[in-house]
Amino acid sequence: MNHPERILASGDEAVALAARDAGVALGTGYPGTPSTEILEAFDAAGGKAQWAPNEKVALEVGLGVAFAGARALVTMKHVGLNVAADPLFTAAYTGVDGALVVVSADDPGMASSQNEQDNRRYAVAAGLPALEPSDSQEAYDFTLEAIALSERFKLPVLLRMTTRVCHGKSILQRRPAPPASAPARFRRDIAGRVMIPAYARPAHRRLREKLAAVAEWCETAPLNRVERGDPRLGVVTAGISYLHVREAAPDASVFKLGAVHPLPLARLRAFAESVDRCVVVEEGDPCLFEALRAAGIAVEGRPEPFRFGELNVGRVRRLLAGDASPEPAPPRGKAPELCPACPYHPVYGTLQKLDCIVAGDIGCYSLGVLPPYQAMDTLVDMGAALGVGLGLRHVLPEAEARRVVSVIGDSTFVHSGLTGVAEMVYNPPPTGHVVLVLDNGTTAMTGQQEHPGTGRTLDHEPTGRLSIEGVARAMGVPQVDVLDPVEDPAGFEALLRKRLAETALSLIVARRPCILAAPDIRKWEKAADEKRALGGCAAACLGSAPEPLSPRGGEGQGEGAAQ
Amino acid sequence: MKPNVTNVIIAGLGGQGVIKASDILAEVALRAGLDVKKAEVHGMSQRGGSVSTDVRFGEEVLSPMVPPGEADFLVVLAASEVEVNRPSLKPGGVLLAPDLVPEGALANRRSLNVALLGALSAHLDVPETLFLDAVRASLPERLHAVNEAAFAAGRAAVAAVRARPA
Repeated sequence: MNHPERILASGDEAVALAARDAGVALGTGYPGTPSTEILEAFDAAGGKAQWAPNEKVALEVGLGVAFAGARALVTMKHVGLNVAADPLFTAAYTGVDGALVVVSADDPGMASSQNEQDNRRYAVAAGLPALEPSDSQEAYDFTLEAIALSERFKLPVLLRMTTRVCHGKSILQRRPAPPASAPARFRRDIAGRVMIPAYARPAHRRLREKLAAVAEWCETAPLNRVERGDPRLGVVTAGISYLHVREAAPDASVFKLGAVHPLPLARLRAFAESVDRCVVVEEGDPCLFEALRAAGIAVEGRPEPFRFGELNVGRVRRLLAGDASPEPAPPRGKAPELCPACPYHPVYGTLQKLDCIVAGDIGCYSLGVLPPYQAMDTLVDMGAALGVGLGLRHVLPEAEARRVVSVIGDSTFVHSGLTGVAEMVYNPPPTGHVVLVLDNGTTAMTGQQEHPGTGRTLDHEPTGRLSIEGVARAMGVPQVDVLDPVEDPAGFEALLRKRLAETALSLIVARRPCILAAPDIRKWEKAADEKRALGGCAAACLGSAPEPLSPRGGEGQGEGAAQ
Repeated sequence: MKPNVTNVIIAGLGGQGVIKASDILAEVALRAGLDVKKAEVHGMSQRGGSVSTDVRFGEEVLSPMVPPGEADFLVVLAASEVEVNRPSLKPGGVLLAPDLVPEGALANRRSLNVALLGALSAHLDVPETLFLDAVRASLPERLHAVNEAAFAAGRAAVAAVRARPA
């Protein structure tokens, strides 16, 4: 198929189109800015896309697809790769039969993240090839390249993107579709895929041999290229930084890396020797700089201030001039806030009123930390509300311990809260504990995506549903309550007071649909009901029609659950 | 940057249609056969915070972000966002602020984003029909009439300013 027309697409859309054109059999991931739109666009383009409960599960599902010889795309934001790091490192050992492309969407400058970690480090640590596009055309081309590389070298491939590449739009032209993969089939390879130590030791050696072959490929691969200019200034760069460099120093000689791991060190050495001064321009950690210096290649790094935040043309000009003087502060606009009709207002009002110590978590409800409530005391990672809250409860003096509440959203609870509940049941603090699940029926912060607790798939079709209150009871939480904090704010306050006063384990589901998602949720639930009535839903989901997203009464529902 | 690149920054608050306006403008440039890039940060924007997007078009666009202080045009949808964004405008650059389009000139103030695109179009050497085509292609049919009227109101506002004695 030929797609000669110029289209305007975001980097996320470009990845999705390439995955579609390459016949990716399954796209999976967990929503996270700036990666979320990839799977949505893949679905819109007709691909099979699904949300996983978290990134670790997504990567494992993708690995299974690739073990079966098919092509898999797994997407996540940078911090999601921390969750998926466990399978990532050993998938490097097992390798794949088909293709496994893992998209890590990094967020330098933290437009919408809790840190600005640089996931090129993961490519080095796990020993995986990593490609990094600069714009939408490259996002498309490099996705195709990553699939081809993965199949050729039998390795997962990391596609590292950044916010501006993911969300920026530029012109792209689709390419003729690459050859299809062989039909999926199971090939038994016990020594290759069962990573007991006896099989893992040779697997590690195989990985290093594969990487050496990839490094050799990188020396001549066209996605690493030299643009000859003035020999007095050479710049080594990759990703979005390349475009800033071309504009900030139009006459410079530029080594543009498409593959950021492994590096074509022989070519880089020759390039550095061919210019009077060779500077590495990169956002985030000095990954390229350190690798080149470690290889004995004489390159200059950048002044320390430039490791923080995003680069832009102005900053690259300063960087190349070695100007480390204080930079002008970027304009400070209006901060985001909880929507005026957000159902969490009464929740945060109560937490503030009761002077709770709030172990918080990640989502829209993180905005409860801002005025007027300032009712959040910790926020670290997905699911940390549970563990951090329990840790505080274990050691604080009793009067303070009794004020500690773990506050977590519904999607976050399914993502990483369940093991925290297991910890709470297994190692209860002396004062008990209170977990507050803010269930607005959607993954709101990233743009209202479905999750296992909604009972609908990525494209809003009915499917099996994980019941938050049901799983809490089943895991042994003795007090489980469900109520609507908007309909009954006084009841919510009374219940929270009561549970905080008790020496017991308690989980309260504060359930009320997200104000932005509510109209769509009603529409999807109606469609789902009709489909169920017609028997149009897969057999597996017919037995678990969702409980209505409406108040189900106040306290005491969990009384009989502690078996 | 090559002098033939036009730098536009569109700013406002979440929910005002800033990103939609930038999508339409980028679509116009695409239809005009130009190179175009658009940069934005979204994620928190739906929560009523500041939003701004950069649209750059011309023969060849490199960085997707307008370098600080180099915007040719600054289009602002919320009065409160004018001053925070003003430093992005180059000396002699054109500010298109919400008060350019008088209250009452729009049937629905929600179409201010398209009205200011109309105002911008009056400053650009791009056929008006390309703008109208892109507006129609980017919005559902039921919104076409109100947005075409808003676009015309924006152009009229610029014409009115130009007709004023200096």
